Amino acid sequence: MSTADTTSAEQPRPTPLELLRKIATAPAVGPLIALILTMAFFSLKSEQFLQTQNLSLVLQQVMVVGVLAIGQTFVILTAGIDLSCGTVMAFGQIVMTKLAVSSGVPPLQALLLGILACVGFGMLNGSLVAGLRLPAFIVTLGTLNIAFALTHIVSNDLTFSELPSELLFFGRTFSVAGADFTYGVVVMLALYALAWFGLTQTAWGRHVYAVGDNPEAARLTGINTNRVLFSVYALAGLTYGIAALLLVGRTELGDPNAGQTTENLDAITAVVLGGTSLFGGRGTVIGTLIGAVIVGVFRNGLTLIGVEVIYQYLVTGILVILAVAVDQLTHRRRL
Amino acid sequence: MSERRPLLEAQGLVKRYGQVVALDGADFELYPGEILAIIGDNGAGKSTLIKALSGALQPDAGEIRLDGDPVHFRSPRDARRAGIETVYQDLAVSPALDIAANIFLGREARRRGPLGLLVRVLDKRAMRREAARHFAELKIGVQSMAQPVENLSGGQRQGVAVARAAKWAQRLAIMDEPTAALGVKETRQVLDLIRRVRDRGLPVILISHDMPHVFELADRIQIMRLGRRVAVVTPHTHTMPEAVAIMTGATQSEVDRTLVKDEPSEDT
Repeated sequence: MSTADTTSAEQPRPTPLELLRKIATAPAVGPLIALILTMAFFSLKSEQFLQTQNLSLVLQQVMVVGVLAIGQTFVILTAGIDLSCGTVMAFGQIVMTKLAVSSGVPPLQALLLGILACVGFGMLNGSLVAGLRLPAFIVTLGTLNIAFALTHIVSNDLTFSELPSELLFFGRTFSVAGADFTYGVVVMLALYALAWFGLTQTAWGRHVYAVGDNPEAARLTGINTNRVLFSVYALAGLTYGIAALLLVGRTELGDPNAGQTTENLDAITAVVLGGTSLFGGRGTVIGTLIGAVIVGVFRNGLTLIGVEVIYQYLVTGILVILAVAVDQLTHRRRL
Repeated sequence: MSERRPLLEAQGLVKRYGQVVALDGADFELYPGEILAIIGDNGAGKSTLIKALSGALQPDAGEIRLDGDPVHFRSPRDARRAGIETVYQDLAVSPALDIAANIFLGREARRRGPLGLLVRVLDKRAMRREAARHFAELKIGVQSMAQPVENLSGGQRQGVAVARAAKWAQRLAIMDEPTAALGVKETRQVLDLIRRVRDRGLPVILISHDMPHVFELADRIQIMRLGRRVAVVTPHTHTMPEAVAIMTGATQSEVDRTLVKDEPSEDT
């Protein structure tokens, strides 16, 4: 803080070199490079990988985890974690399919009630974390089990099929230039755009970062940190509800065993691979989208080169630990 | 001069924690345009006094007046609404956010029109421009308002906190040990900044352990002991050893002599 009068009211125009450095240190560049390397690896190992049909399949496989990971990003940005995301989605999925198939509820209402069930879980997480100041890890470990139990109780361990077309819409595909896209992929991309806007362009988003970065400083500047935390968990619940709808569209089933391990871990892996710090306050949803695609590419690529499913778990397990290790090391360097 | 009314005053403040009496009828006055330092040994009641004045705690008895009107701050938010900003010693900034974001944190400038009103869309350009203007006015040199605060030195970070307080404080700023976490050079920068803030017309309450800094900066010095104000001195009327003697209770007669001198002296 020298008393030099270097601060002019206008920002200086960046030189090309500065611009290059800015691009190189932008938050999503690391994940993007990781994605390109992963894709290069699998395209060398399998001829099928880079074909249009396969790449559009990857996107279709990514859409559920991708939407879950949006809510997970909100939560992790506040230095929290939501372990319940997969089972809450499973519960929402059972609510909407059971109501539509065996309770005679009109499909659109069933769909809305399923999403609301997820929002309810989000609000429960939020009030326990923000209101009672319980650790997010324990709260969501609890609601993970509650949602798991409720899924099996409500469904009576039955799978619901022959769903009304309203519930299947987002699994339908349309073709653009020889590639098939589901409407769910469009929903996912729209949600990412919305989440980007909310996090980077609004006061709410700035407060989310501030609460994760230094909660005490945020509180002292007059931010209602409890309300911010609550809104984050509730919105996360909303994204899990929408993910449930996309899952139903994709599987055409209400399956009580869906979303319990794979989606849960993959959503957290996507967020961390995308460069969002588990310490809170740093990260972007664009990174998360890239992270989700990396996870999707890994699962798809490993299947293509004939790696058994159980080894895919092994690989994602190692992947998430590596990503967290990178986060920890960069965090330590900052201190 | 003697007719000048205190901007902020307190009379007979009492705060008890169980058996412990943190404030035992403490008085306080801050006059417009001055830096008032508060000194005292550990447990003398200076932080409790400051917390009462900034709304962080509510006194059990006594009265606080702002511009002559009684006020009851139930939270720091109340005090902030009344125009009192506080800077804390432990660098209460958000390291990952940029300078402009920190200056406007919790009070973001929004775009005009429905988007700003309904979804609180930020006007980032306006905030950066305004932050840069404010920094130039306070003569704080930093390259860009868009750089994260974590890239700054400790002194610059505290500079951001002081600049934020100076920007939003309509009545006065409280600085609670603002240099306690800083090195020598950085402390110098922050002290100079505090003086510039005062010179722009904002009264400052400064809590500090560092006697040389207090004597360099303060217009008046309030000395606390055992939960009371025992004296108000100025750097012109008293030396540092004398102030320390009053602080530690070594010279009771000195206390009795100075207690009556409550008005700011002519040359402040």
